[in-house]
Amino acid sequence: MLKRLVSNFRWGVVPVPGRLIAVIFFVSLFILPLIFGSSSYALFILSFANIFVIFAVSWDVLSGYTGQVNFGHALFFGAGAYGSALLNRYLGWQPAVTIPLGALIATLIGVVTCFPALRLRGPYLSLLTMAFPLILAGILMSFQGVTGGSYGIYGIPPIADSRVAQYYIILIVMTVSVLIMWKLTDARSRYVRTGLIFHAIREDEITARATGINTINYKILAFVIGGFFGGIAGAMYAHVLSIANPYLLALTMSFQVIIWTVFGGMVSIYGPVVGVYTLFLLMDRLRDVPVIATHRFLVLSAIVIVILMFMPEGIAVWIRDKIERECPRCKLTNGAWRKECRACGAHLH
Amino acid sequence: MIASILVQTLVNGSVYALLAAGLTLVFGVGRLLNLAHTVFFVLGGYIMYSLTRTLGWGPIPSIAVTVVGAALLGVLAYRFIIDRVRHHPQAVLLITVALAMFIQEILYWGFGDYYRTSPSLMSGVTVILGIHVSNEYLLIIGVMVVVMIILWLLLAKTKLGTAIRATANDAEIASLMGISVSRTLMITMGIATALAGLAASLVGSLWITYPVAWMEPLTTVLIIVVLGGLGSLKGSIIAAYLMALAELLAYNFVPNGNFLAKPFMLLFLIIVLVVRPGGLFGIILEEERL
Repeated sequence: MLKRLVSNFRWGVVPVPGRLIAVIFFVSLFILPLIFGSSSYALFILSFANIFVIFAVSWDVLSGYTGQVNFGHALFFGAGAYGSALLNRYLGWQPAVTIPLGALIATLIGVVTCFPALRLRGPYLSLLTMAFPLILAGILMSFQGVTGGSYGIYGIPPIADSRVAQYYIILIVMTVSVLIMWKLTDARSRYVRTGLIFHAIREDEITARATGINTINYKILAFVIGGFFGGIAGAMYAHVLSIANPYLLALTMSFQVIIWTVFGGMVSIYGPVVGVYTLFLLMDRLRDVPVIATHRFLVLSAIVIVILMFMPEGIAVWIRDKIERECPRCKLTNGAWRKECRACGAHLH
Repeated sequence: MIASILVQTLVNGSVYALLAAGLTLVFGVGRLLNLAHTVFFVLGGYIMYSLTRTLGWGPIPSIAVTVVGAALLGVLAYRFIIDRVRHHPQAVLLITVALAMFIQEILYWGFGDYYRTSPSLMSGVTVILGIHVSNEYLLIIGVMVVVMIILWLLLAKTKLGTAIRATANDAEIASLMGISVSRTLMITMGIATALAGLAASLVGSLWITYPVAWMEPLTTVLIIVVLGGLGSLKGSIIAAYLMALAELLAYNFVPNGNFLAKPFMLLFLIIVLVVRPGGLFGIILEEERL
């Protein structure tokens, strides 16, 4: 077992720069509290970044991989947040129970909303899904007695008492969620077919159906995955910030996740991770720079525009294409500095 | 009550129609979903505000300058930003959102976070069939009708209109026939933002302008465009009036109407889309495999 792990690392991770960077990134996230100390502000911000990573990756699975471009992903975030907040407020349940239940509520809402969405495609689907969070926000606003109206529900307990424990819980949930979503969407996997089928549905749904795939079921599955992980992110967000308000369902929230993911690179699990970590942390850092602080949204949007003008596929995909090259013969990924494929010896140029 | 709702429907519907026509035109011609469309409306509102309030210009020159300015800004935004990412639909979405945020922040910087209105264009009231209608409302409805006739003549009768329709039909064949797709799109974008600027200058005194004012109309206009069918000019004009009516009915008759007006419109949209997946007059995108 350990021997296999070591040999996987030696031959599968080290020669591919992208994978090596990913492993170093996750390991460094786990040792960060040792460097920053236990109660620092950085851990708090990184917890939010990790929550948004789950949120952005779940959008990427639904919209990037399956091609059901969702303009209302805040629906799942808000449903998870409100679900767990209401359960905690009125039944007094603990975060360990309310977060999974909140995610299940979001999944349920995802399944309900995907039925009208299944009939539609392309921009019609996107714009229809944009409607759902606004509907939910309107409903929540009109039941002010239960949901607190525009103030929302506040005073929800945090996930754990100490900040370090909270950071580690969120980090572990994030790592496991990203791993699950990565495996589910891996088109070359030998164990699950979903990755390949999601790609097929995005590329050409008619052909996918003609080859005997029940595309409707797989689209529902994509909504379930997106809803579940979006709901987890929302429920954790509500507990960390100890508030759930209608802002979580606003259009800004839905656009935010699109901005992060497309900036990092769609149809890649690492794209949204890079996008969230770059833009969210940059935004937070800019708050401390004296002149820029008041105009940080201006700086941010200018950066997004300029980067996208030159890298329309996203920054992570652009970097990947610079440091990695796929072997034309055996489709194995190699470092860009190699002249010959590390497995079959074919010329890479 | 009923009469005032009808008049208000015609006014709001006309403004929505001017906005939706631009959005649907750009989508139909280039398959570009321009989420920055309503930010040009806000920008037009601010141009109108500075011309009339700060410089003290009269209504006619201010409207003319606002329309030309909005068109110019639209053309520039297309030429230097959107054209580069035209072939990546997701990048278009993001870059237009980023552009909208950028312009919004510039407006914050320049004008601050205050609510602004321009002076009203006309005063007085006309009595039609016993209903008192303000002259400004009549002006808006009249301008809308004239503009739509001009737009229809432009699309149906001129060489430019033929180029625009050809590109909308099939961009590849159009470019084989010697039409520059990129240039046609640039002109279409200019027309669209000019319409948004015109709408802004007409409602400058009725609607409040502030830097984030683009989000609220954006959802409404997107709903209208989808309801009418993406790329269909006729559909979006009809849907604009339908939606304005639905919104006002919800405001006035549904309990908690100010919170539920939007959900009510959206529910209507969902029902229409479930029955007709291509909108009321939409092109079915099945063949294109979008």
